[in-house]
Amino acid sequence: MEDPYQTLGVARDATAKQIRAAYRALAKKHHPDLNPGNAKAEETFKRVAAANELLSDPEKRGRFDRGEIEPDGTPTPPRQTYRQQAESDAGARYTRQTAGATDWNGSDFDELFGSMFNRSARPRQPQGPQQGEDAHYVLAADFLDAITGATKRLTLPGGRVLDVRVPPGATDGQTLRLRGQGGDGSFGGAQGDALIEVHFAPHSFYERHGDDLRMVVPISLREAVLGGPVEVPTPGGPVKMRIPPHSDSGTELRLRGRGVAKHGDRGPGDLYATLRVIVGAADPALDAFVAQWEPLASASPRAAMMEPK
Amino acid sequence: MISTALLINTVSGLTLNDLELWVGNSWVKAHGNPGSYSFEEIDVARVRLIVDLRDDLEVNLEAIPVVLSLIDQLYDLRRQLRLGRHAAVLSSFRP
Repeated sequence: MEDPYQTLGVARDATAKQIRAAYRALAKKHHPDLNPGNAKAEETFKRVAAANELLSDPEKRGRFDRGEIEPDGTPTPPRQTYRQQAESDAGARYTRQTAGATDWNGSDFDELFGSMFNRSARPRQPQGPQQGEDAHYVLAADFLDAITGATKRLTLPGGRVLDVRVPPGATDGQTLRLRGQGGDGSFGGAQGDALIEVHFAPHSFYERHGDDLRMVVPISLREAVLGGPVEVPTPGGPVKMRIPPHSDSGTELRLRGRGVAKHGDRGPGDLYATLRVIVGAADPALDAFVAQWEPLASASPRAAMMEPK
Repeated sequence: MISTALLINTVSGLTLNDLELWVGNSWVKAHGNPGSYSFEEIDVARVRLIVDLRDDLEVNLEAIPVVLSLIDQLYDLRRQLRLGRHAAVLSSFRP
């Protein structure tokens, strides 16, 4: 049996207080009820407790120091830990579960283990090649990455870097599979895959509908009345769009091929621009002009709403 | 089954006051009525655990029910896993 002073890590002339402190520190770490299933912790705790038993008693400590007793000369009865009780069937006395929830049976466990490991609970043959586990990650990408396609760099917890190709047309929450980038296989099995769930942030003015995009394009009163080319943004860069004269708010214009880029056998989507006329800041000249302006057609634009149904 | 008096003699650092408080708070279960409790083996082990937590691990009294609840949940799970392991072994013998 080893020296109890060494076991507690204290000097031979340590005070009772120091011994107590050392014991407490070790007990916190190795208490078997806080380390269930850890045989080493239990073994260490027993040695620490025995050393404390000896050194915390001034009489026993004195006799040990004078060489009158061996470190193990004071056998203490083996101590029944709570764990031995709690893990046995007797432990059900302190269950936290409500009645009914404890009715486990074999088929529950088949199901549980089957779903946990995606295979039956039966012992499997270890000889065959086993493919590595798939690793799961989440990638946050920009809205436009799903429109034009992009390559995003994902840094894994281990410091490894994965270059993830986000294809055009990817949808929010879609899982991308990188073959062979998961866990190592065993017994000559292939590596598992990396499964990456991508999420796309919303955009400030584009809205996505399948392969098509929609946006609202503000235009001035002059542009609405006279028409003409205006420059508008698209995912592929700004383009000139021709506004027909006399365009109302709500007019929808299509920019062909300016939506989600071509992917697979699906052609590029379109970008729909909905016009919105902006009258703008107060302008006395406009006020004066409109006041003396006699419209050609004097019918109210709300006439259809006023017809009795 | 052992009596209150014997339990207090067996576990150093334990007082009658502690024991009554702990049974009253349902930290420990006991058979019988206040004044004439008797304890099962697991109750004794649990009393020792609470004494360890309080005296050696310096867990303060407010935190002990939290610790006990977590420990109980852990052992529930471990008992179930043990049962499940048996069930899994048995089921592997099924045709």
